[in-house]
Amino acid sequence: MTAEFPPGLLLIVGAVLVPFLKGNLRSVYTLALPLLGIWQLTALEPGTFGVLSAFGFEQTHVRVDKLSLLFGYVFYIAATLGILFAWHRDDRVEQTTALVYVGAAIGAVFAGDLITLFLYWEVAAIAAIFLIWAARTERSFRAGVRCLIIYMLSGILLLTGVAMRALETGSVAFDHIGLDSPSGLLILLAFGIKCAFPFLHNWLQDAYPEASVTGTVFLSAFTTKLAVYALARGYAGTEVLIWIGVAMTAFPIFYAVIENDLRRVLAYSLNNQLGFMVAGIGIGTTLAINGAVSHAFAHIIYKALLFMSMGAVLYRTGTVKGSELGGLYKTMPWTTGFCIVGAASISAFPLFSGFVTKSMILTAAAKEGYLVPFLILLFASAGVFHHSGIKIPFFAFFAHDSGKRPKEAPVNMLLAMGLASFLCIAIGVYPQPLYALLPFPVEYTPYTTTHVVTMLQLLLFSGLAFATLQRSGLYPPELRSTVLDFDFSYRRLAPWMAGWLMNVGERAWMTMTSASLPSLRGLASLAIRQFGPHGRFARNQSSSFSLSISVALLAVLLLMFFAR
Amino acid sequence: MTEPPSHDSVQEKNGGKRFWLDDMRNVYKVFWALVVVCGALFLADAVYEKHVILSFESWFGFYGLFGFLVSFALVLIARELRKILMRDEDYYDR
Repeated sequence: MTAEFPPGLLLIVGAVLVPFLKGNLRSVYTLALPLLGIWQLTALEPGTFGVLSAFGFEQTHVRVDKLSLLFGYVFYIAATLGILFAWHRDDRVEQTTALVYVGAAIGAVFAGDLITLFLYWEVAAIAAIFLIWAARTERSFRAGVRCLIIYMLSGILLLTGVAMRALETGSVAFDHIGLDSPSGLLILLAFGIKCAFPFLHNWLQDAYPEASVTGTVFLSAFTTKLAVYALARGYAGTEVLIWIGVAMTAFPIFYAVIENDLRRVLAYSLNNQLGFMVAGIGIGTTLAINGAVSHAFAHIIYKALLFMSMGAVLYRTGTVKGSELGGLYKTMPWTTGFCIVGAASISAFPLFSGFVTKSMILTAAAKEGYLVPFLILLFASAGVFHHSGIKIPFFAFFAHDSGKRPKEAPVNMLLAMGLASFLCIAIGVYPQPLYALLPFPVEYTPYTTTHVVTMLQLLLFSGLAFATLQRSGLYPPELRSTVLDFDFSYRRLAPWMAGWLMNVGERAWMTMTSASLPSLRGLASLAIRQFGPHGRFARNQSSSFSLSISVALLAVLLLMFFAR
Repeated sequence: MTEPPSHDSVQEKNGGKRFWLDDMRNVYKVFWALVVVCGALFLADAVYEKHVILSFESWFGFYGLFGFLVSFALVLIARELRKILMRDEDYYDR
């Protein structure tokens, strides 16, 4: 019976009760929902249910296979961590929308058809916006509105693409889509916006760091990884994704080096990590797909951990700007330790989760002979250690002493971070249970001497470069600043251009009216003189007209008479 | 904020406690330890049989040198990008 209930709907329906509960009871209740969800997933058998006909198409509300189960599990795990981290928070809006958001994302990964996917996709989008607004600041409101417009664009593209595809194929089943038809391109763009493809990415770095301490932890896990899931399902082996993916791994790391807001640095590194997954999906071999989705699994946990550690810093000090922080390890040792675990995981250090997942993507790229993508991915691997592995913990907890002596994070935050750290290490040390969940059989051994040594070389030499640059003073200091990214185009350039056009238009109108006004006036008075009440044509109009007609008729008659 | 605080003031803020990393000499020790570890890792290429897929991966010390050089380049390029891309903190709020 429980198994027949749509997995995501459990949280959406469950969220209805949240506003009516108070205090710890509300927190206990919200935590129980994802745990119940995990239990439900363990009881689900592969297959489909909830098949119904609507709009003339057969829709499958729930499709259970290894790919959807993998994302279902990790989404529930992320929800559990996020709720634990937000235990202290007494905010009905945030707690309710967080549950709806998670539920919609889970509903979407279990959707067997594109119409159901679209419905959950939109619910997740709107819930995410409310989660951003729940910070209740002017900045979060504005960023949320910008994000909303971009999300709506994704929704429109998806809906149009689905409608076109339904006409082309007569089916709305969500299986491999590919780029063979225009509808495939539209759906890819819709997914691409949510997956933060280059030039479609900026909502991520704009909005996520503006959400609340706890809101960002939720946001980091779902929207983008739902898009990764959708790409893995619909576009595996689409070669253009390799190039999009490697571009995504490379360009955000330059921004991550110079950005001051450490949660924004994490948003850039999130973008970079998505690139690895997209490239893996583009390569499309079983090893690469396994790598991409397992990396998504590991990534959701370590990224949440990193956002939690920076959230704890923000909660205790009121800022996450690198320029204002430093030396916090003295009074926040646990948070420091957990942050370092997250940093080691995202950097793919041996014995941490990123190592056993990302390496599959790199190996697949090398095996398929993608030389340039392989080198870019390698560069991005060194780069991610540089900005997420070192920069985040270094500038927050070490570097120069900021003089700030905040208290250690609250117990619930430490518990959530501790649990996430445990999972990061557990996956890294013993990856077999994760490998067993992957869509294809795994014939891959992460721990070989070559792999461990080469990875350590890459990472530690990258660390050495950081240390050398720091010592020599070449490393750019953390400065209070705004770094221009693509959002400049719609936050500054487009308004400027619109303003310029209005300005030019107004001036053109003024010039035209002032230059041509005297002659226009002359023309008008001439017309009035000729055709006005006292004009020549107004004089005895009816009589003179009939007279001239009579004269003309007479002339015709005379002509005809004499012509005979 | 930009001036590094003197040891006395740091100790005062710590409530009289001295942390190991408060002493710059220990920070240098960490740096040199990293140099030694990197040196050892570089030489490690000589003592085991590398199993790689692409030919350049088997070059002696490839991963170490690649990691160092690209990270160095990354930071220097990002530093230059600041000149073009960096604005005041309240740039979008004005």
